[in-house]
Amino acid sequence: MTSELTTGQRQAALIFLAVFAIGGLFLAAFGRADPIAGHGWLVLVFALLSLFGVLTRYYDPEPAADRSGEYYDTPVKVGIILAMIWAVIGMFVGDWVAWLLVNPNLTFVDEAWASFGRLRPVHTTGVIFGFGGNALIATSFYVVQRTCRTRLAGHLSPLFVLWGYNLFCLLAVTGYLWGINQSKEYAEPEWYADLWLVIVWVAYLVLYLRTLARRKEPHIYVSNWYYLAFILVVAVLHIVNGLALPLSWASAKSYSLFSGVQDAMTQWWYGHNAVAFFLTSGFLGMMYYYLPKRAERPIFSYRLSIISFWGITFFYMWAGSHHLHYTALPHWVQTLGMTFSVMLLVPSWASAGNALLTLNGAWHRVRDDATLRFMFVAAVFYGLSTFEGSFMAIRSVNALSHYTDWTVGHVHAGALGWVAMITFGAIYASVPWLWETKDHVVAASRRSPLLARARRHPHLRFRDVELWHHPGPYVAHL
Amino acid sequence: MTIEHDFLVAFSKTFGLFYLIALSIGVVIYAYLPRNKARFDEAARAILDEGDRPCR
Repeated sequence: MTSELTTGQRQAALIFLAVFAIGGLFLAAFGRADPIAGHGWLVLVFALLSLFGVLTRYYDPEPAADRSGEYYDTPVKVGIILAMIWAVIGMFVGDWVAWLLVNPNLTFVDEAWASFGRLRPVHTTGVIFGFGGNALIATSFYVVQRTCRTRLAGHLSPLFVLWGYNLFCLLAVTGYLWGINQSKEYAEPEWYADLWLVIVWVAYLVLYLRTLARRKEPHIYVSNWYYLAFILVVAVLHIVNGLALPLSWASAKSYSLFSGVQDAMTQWWYGHNAVAFFLTSGFLGMMYYYLPKRAERPIFSYRLSIISFWGITFFYMWAGSHHLHYTALPHWVQTLGMTFSVMLLVPSWASAGNALLTLNGAWHRVRDDATLRFMFVAAVFYGLSTFEGSFMAIRSVNALSHYTDWTVGHVHAGALGWVAMITFGAIYASVPWLWETKDHVVAASRRSPLLARARRHPHLRFRDVELWHHPGPYVAHL
Repeated sequence: MTIEHDFLVAFSKTFGLFYLIALSIGVVIYAYLPRNKARFDEAARAILDEGDRPCR
């Protein structure tokens, strides 16, 4: 990473990391016995390791002065690797807490950190923000460069966004295990981690807007609209829901500015829009680029993608109150959230249908190409889980589903079936594009004479599994 | 002028209806305006042909 920076940028990185390390030391010193001191030490170690990483490469030769003829893919590669590391952590803890649901004694160690209440947010944050967030940042950097045909606007800031975001994730999950938690679902980290994320996220927004501003294409491709909605709205949600007053500068504990039913409404306005703009909008941006690209067909209807974009951004904003059926929240507000949730079926199915209709006519590619099949499964699950979600938001259905494992199942249909599958599709697609030269990959996929023959004889509808494992008879036949 | 509770509730319950209907009409007109078709078709197609290099 350091070898991609100029000497001036390396010095800027060193100064920033030194200041950051001192900041961590202050937090550790003034925190004393407060849990925040632990996070001070964590920041210090993180900053010193980064400092060490830059220093060992400090005297590497500088990159070429003008690199505007190439894409900046280092942050993309690092982001994909980090996403996979978080996937392993997040899903391992997910498996653990699933076993705890079956038998609470499976906690192994009789310690507070190993209780269900502390491990569960490690799972949710690990998969949503660690795995999903890194995948979104990495693919957004990849897609914005390709669709705008320009290099990222900056060399240091993409790395700052990526590593700064991962520090936030690390502060979050370690904090939960120590008992630092502001008790808001999907917004558990305390005030100082929240403030840090605001800085990182604003840097992300500025970087994205500056890259869009240098685009060489006249039109901003729809994926960028979705990614931008994800970045912008997550910033708004995070700031408003995170408004809180800490006990002191040296205390991890804070109190929300909201109380009672207003607090609940703010939290679920945030919570459901985290589903909408983190787990949907960003991943739709991913789908609208990688699926047509991999299917080698333009999206079925670009016009429909615009309509569903505005539908999703404006309808989702109102849907959060369906999490608060049968509460002190005014009845009409609950009904409003429920109505908008049902209406959301229209833009959601417009996107799911648009994806599947893009594949219509390319089913032979879905059959041959496992990567495209991940994306196909994702589109199907997107359609299914948005249907289920609209249905579960209806008050009388919610009376049955709330506090049951149906909710857990619904979340996993969305998070695994849609989010993880489209991410795996995007990762399987972009890894060979990133790590090998493109021509080589195209040559490799075209090299198989068997596949070439299968393409020339589409009327012979043999299954790909048979083709791969027992090619003999077919080859003889051809 | 003081804003009464009843007015605020009535406003909260209705303004979304009108601006969202206006927005929906606006978006559909923008998306289906015949003049925009060529631009959208070009945008959808343009991501497919790329040498993996930025334009300069």
